[in-house]
Amino acid sequence: MTIFVIQIFNSFFYAAVLFLIAAGLSLIYGVMRIVNLAHGTLYALGAYVSAWIVGSAIGHALEGNLGLAGMLILLPIGAIAVAAVGALIEPTLLRPLYGRSEEYHLLVTFGLLMILEDVIKLLFGRTPLSAGAIMDQMGSIPVGRLMYPTYNLFVVAVGLGVAVGLWAFIYRTKFGVILRATSQDRRMAAALGINVGRVYVQAFAIGCFMAGLGGAVVVPAQAAVLGLGIEVLILAFVVVVIGGLGSLQGALVGALIVSFVRTAGIQFFPEIELAVLYLIAAAVLLVRPTGLFGRA
Amino acid sequence: MATAAATGTSIRRITIGSAIALVVLAILPQIVDPYQTVLLTYGLIMAIAALGFNLLLGYTGLLSFGHSAYFGAGAYAVAFILRDFGVHSMELCIVGGMLGTLTIAAIFGFVCVRHTRIFFGILTLALSQVLWSLAFKFFWVTGGTDGIRVPYANLTLLGGLVDFKGARSFQRFIYAYYYYVLALFAVSTILMWVIAHSPFGKALQAIRDNETRARFVGISVLRYRWIAFMISGTFTGLAGILWVPLNGLTTPDILYWPFSGEIVFMTVLGGFRSFTGPIVGAIAFNYLKTYAIASTEYWQLLLGVVLVILVMALPAGLVGTTAGLAAKFRSWTK
Repeated sequence: MTIFVIQIFNSFFYAAVLFLIAAGLSLIYGVMRIVNLAHGTLYALGAYVSAWIVGSAIGHALEGNLGLAGMLILLPIGAIAVAAVGALIEPTLLRPLYGRSEEYHLLVTFGLLMILEDVIKLLFGRTPLSAGAIMDQMGSIPVGRLMYPTYNLFVVAVGLGVAVGLWAFIYRTKFGVILRATSQDRRMAAALGINVGRVYVQAFAIGCFMAGLGGAVVVPAQAAVLGLGIEVLILAFVVVVIGGLGSLQGALVGALIVSFVRTAGIQFFPEIELAVLYLIAAAVLLVRPTGLFGRA
Repeated sequence: MATAAATGTSIRRITIGSAIALVVLAILPQIVDPYQTVLLTYGLIMAIAALGFNLLLGYTGLLSFGHSAYFGAGAYAVAFILRDFGVHSMELCIVGGMLGTLTIAAIFGFVCVRHTRIFFGILTLALSQVLWSLAFKFFWVTGGTDGIRVPYANLTLLGGLVDFKGARSFQRFIYAYYYYVLALFAVSTILMWVIAHSPFGKALQAIRDNETRARFVGISVLRYRWIAFMISGTFTGLAGILWVPLNGLTTPDILYWPFSGEIVFMTVLGGFRSFTGPIVGAIAFNYLKTYAIASTEYWQLLLGVVLVILVMALPAGLVGTTAGLAAKFRSWTK
């Protein structure tokens, strides 16, 4: 029974991280119709930056006297850094390609993925980085006869908070209205006086921020290693394919489905755990090409 | 062949051009050192893969991001045939491997051709990842990340006429295998040329340019796409089959999705709007990657920059850009 509860907690933790990544991917697709193959690597970049800030740079400078609150405040720096990178990428690499076919979007983001993978290697080296101090200092709570790390529950709360915040941002603010208008009809929005170029930069930066935040919150629990982003990108794809590309609810439901299937898979059918996920994605695409919550 | 026959002079020019290219390729190993021969063999093998891939991208307008599946299926099929069935003949491996790849391409294609554009790309990618995860997890069958060794010494070419036992076997293998691959490359290229210029190939291009019109003309779009998918997968599978004895080892890396990205990369490098583009692109990419890896630890960065520049500045690829420049030069000298 205790194991069962812990597995449910794990699923929620995993779902929170996947949601952050997939929501960013979905937002970018929803607004500018670009499938960003470099999204997973941006997530990895966020993880590396946060781990480096908390674990190495400032952590060392203050000789470990940072305190838990200090570390938690520094943690989102990775997300902000990735958002800044995104704000640079969109006008330089993506904007010239909007008129061209999708193949070029995939190719340029694939090139970006290769570049960013090596930039991470160049900046942070080959040794894994982690910010495990946060997880240690947060301690753990008893679940039945076992202990469960409090930090994982904190991440679930962050995921929920971001989901609610993003929903409110998109459906309850003026910027959200502009964002949705641009995603519905780019030319009409431009005709109404909306600066579409600026909306695109902002939307791309927000999407990148989400990826970076996913990396930032995961890094106290697992170390940032090379190749992290390549692996996670496909899982984020599975999430958005199940939920529907461009849909926020879809990203949430997809993340829950993927993480629960995955947790159950690791427990009961470890050999085909990943294959089952990809097959679910393929099956959903076949039955409902726009996903569970997607629009055509 | 209808259009090709109509332009008799151009078909003569193409025949002469390819004959010259073939003679040059046949003489090269006599002049260059063995290492270059090996590199060129890899290049020709990847050219077969890219040719197959481009039947979908260039001629049918479908961007597959999962062609690693068919390359890997071919490679693993050879590994299984050698290890589990004790077969030594490369020809049997080719037949078995191509049948295996065809089966997988038929199943995956049947599912994938129902979609176009980005959904086609994601679906092919998801299905290729199924194979990757199986190869990765079923380590007692596939060797997991260690892969399966495929020693060239266990192979015989041409139905047992050529084997690689005894002294200096590696040098003999390299030369013999180069000509073996070259012959298969020539056959594949001719075959693909015929397919691309046949009424079937024209129908694919019609589907690419306007699906609705193609359907109105009476082309059964899904069936044509499916057949193109199977041909494409089988060609890429043949490349995987030929690749594995040269590499000596098959690992899940060739099933992983970044490898599919490399196949897309080389095709775009050469130019996917021309028939020869993928061939030139694959050989050029192979040299580019080899020298990038040899010269810097950050070779991915280098290749990424090349890809980005290519997409931004030279979307027609090497062949398309050269052809464009040549046309401009001709009109300028007139």
